[in-house]
Amino acid sequence: MSGSSPRAAAATSSGRLQRLLALVPYVMSRKATGLADTAAAFGVTERELVDDLNLLWCVELRSPDPYCPIDLSYEGGEIVVSQAEQMDRPLRLAVDEASALLVALRMLAEVGVPDGGSALSRTIAKLEAAAGEAGAPSAQVAVQVDKTAQQAVLTQVQDALARGRRVHLSYYVPGRDETTERDVDPMRLLVVEGRTYLEGWCRLAEAVRLFRLDRVLGLRVLDVPADVPADAEPKDVDQGLYRPAPDDLRVEIELGPLGRWVAEYYPCEAVHELGDGRLRVGLRTPDSGWVRRLALRLGENGRIIAPAGLAAQARGDAAAALAQYD
Amino acid sequence: MSRRKTERLLGLVVCLLSSERYLTAIQIREAVPGYPESFEAFKRMFERDKEELRELGIPLETGSNSALDEEPGYRIPRQAYELPEIRLEPDEAAVLSLAARVWRQAELAGAAAGALLKLRAAGVDAEETPQPGIEPRLAGEAAFGPLWEAVRDRRPVTFAYRAAGRSQAQQRRLDPWGVVNRHGRWYAAGHDTERDAVRVFRLSRIEGPVQFTGPAGSVTVPEGTDVRETVREWDTHPPPQQSALLRVRQGGGHGIRRYATLVRPDGNGWDLVRTRYSDVGWFAEYLASFGPAVVAVEPADLREAVIRQLKGALA
Repeated sequence: MSGSSPRAAAATSSGRLQRLLALVPYVMSRKATGLADTAAAFGVTERELVDDLNLLWCVELRSPDPYCPIDLSYEGGEIVVSQAEQMDRPLRLAVDEASALLVALRMLAEVGVPDGGSALSRTIAKLEAAAGEAGAPSAQVAVQVDKTAQQAVLTQVQDALARGRRVHLSYYVPGRDETTERDVDPMRLLVVEGRTYLEGWCRLAEAVRLFRLDRVLGLRVLDVPADVPADAEPKDVDQGLYRPAPDDLRVEIELGPLGRWVAEYYPCEAVHELGDGRLRVGLRTPDSGWVRRLALRLGENGRIIAPAGLAAQARGDAAAALAQYD
Repeated sequence: MSRRKTERLLGLVVCLLSSERYLTAIQIREAVPGYPESFEAFKRMFERDKEELRELGIPLETGSNSALDEEPGYRIPRQAYELPEIRLEPDEAAVLSLAARVWRQAELAGAAAGALLKLRAAGVDAEETPQPGIEPRLAGEAAFGPLWEAVRDRRPVTFAYRAAGRSQAQQRRLDPWGVVNRHGRWYAAGHDTERDAVRVFRLSRIEGPVQFTGPAGSVTVPEGTDVRETVREWDTHPPPQQSALLRVRQGGGHGIRRYATLVRPDGNGWDLVRTRYSDVGWFAEYLASFGPAVVAVEPADLREAVIRQLKGALA
């Protein structure tokens, strides 16, 4: 899997040629560009950039008469292209390139990302126009975000973020089947794995927490400035939303064919096929109550193997529930 | 790619861009340094170079300047090569930067970065710095890459697929119409050529490689197809029509209370709750997950299903 830095594009086999073709118009479309800024923009070192510039400068055509189509200099750390016959525009967007951006922009529009009203639709229209035919296949990729969260909640969160206000949340925790009340200092919105989350400093937990907006039962923007501690670390969303902590409980569950969905829905540390469609999964969670409820939900399609105490508790829950049907 | 090859390809691009006329292979060899002396070796290298330029999306045209020319020639029409003018306002550049981050951990990350590079080269000031306030991401999925290629190039595919609850994967054949991420999961929709019906596949249930079974352009997407809608319909439960009566312990069953149509105290710390559901099996599993805090009162089939579910958990 690749990151999205320009370096990722440069790492492919013909990445350098792509970079060289973009470099000339990049410099020409700006009045002045420094070596350092340009290197940063292309995700290369200054040394690599100078090597690129030398290569461009050395291009020579021998016929009908020998000539050098590109003339440039980078004296004093400032790049100037004085001649670049026919190379002053970048190459058109490829289908994958146009699609990557168009699909992402349409997703942001669907989420309802604040864009001052129309920046997203304007950008989509301009990009579609610039991409031409290359933009068409992007219509065959779509992203739908779960919208069960109240639009009003999203709007309030955006308002609190924009104005730097603390919010009060009534928040449902399904693992414990509890509604909790807490004050949160909002940090940002995350749209990950198809859902929208508020990330903030939870004053109840005194830690950074994620709140799924569809589980917010009520939200009030308070007339108190948000006060996020300087050392509050936002989650690195690229590492996955739910990263087990070292002191989390390690649980082993055996699943029948109809319980396999567990391995798809929850991040499992280990998944072993047991034959006949049965699975054994290992996962970590801070919340043993959640595992007990999962065991009840699975019924005969799954059972807790370890820890044994938790398996016994889940059976106890089932027995207590059954007793009420006598 | 070696430096010499990069130089040669760059020379080739500039040479073909600069000429309005079609240039023959011989003329190209004379103009662009770096090709070998031997004609056979040159031909082979030139063929590979052409292929490489086309893979980059460079529109290399073949044709001749007049009917009298025997040799075909090559050129890169500027109009087909150049990214058209695009100017973005600062707020537009900001949402573009945000969009480029969406694929960060997923298959089109490189493509998004490549696109951003070209747009910057066109003068757009879109930085890839995180914007405060919001961070959107699409998740990666191994089968996405080949299925997107199949959709893009209109090629049929085959893959091993383990449907929900199946113990064995089955080989499936699909004319793919589109790829959809719905609520965080990737799906492919299209025409299942063996079952001769529209089908939706969850990408995470594909086992092993996705293989192309036909050439580019051999899949026809029916007019008016909306893959988004196809996947949405497939994934949507029927509207809840059945009414259930439950006893819910006070202070518990919050998930149920959220969607209740009626909550009435029933004495001894219990409430009577009326709510709606669509699928008795699914709803029974859900009710069982609340353990002793919820009792299904009616209808009888729901009550029985919950009891079966709880007995299953006890076994």
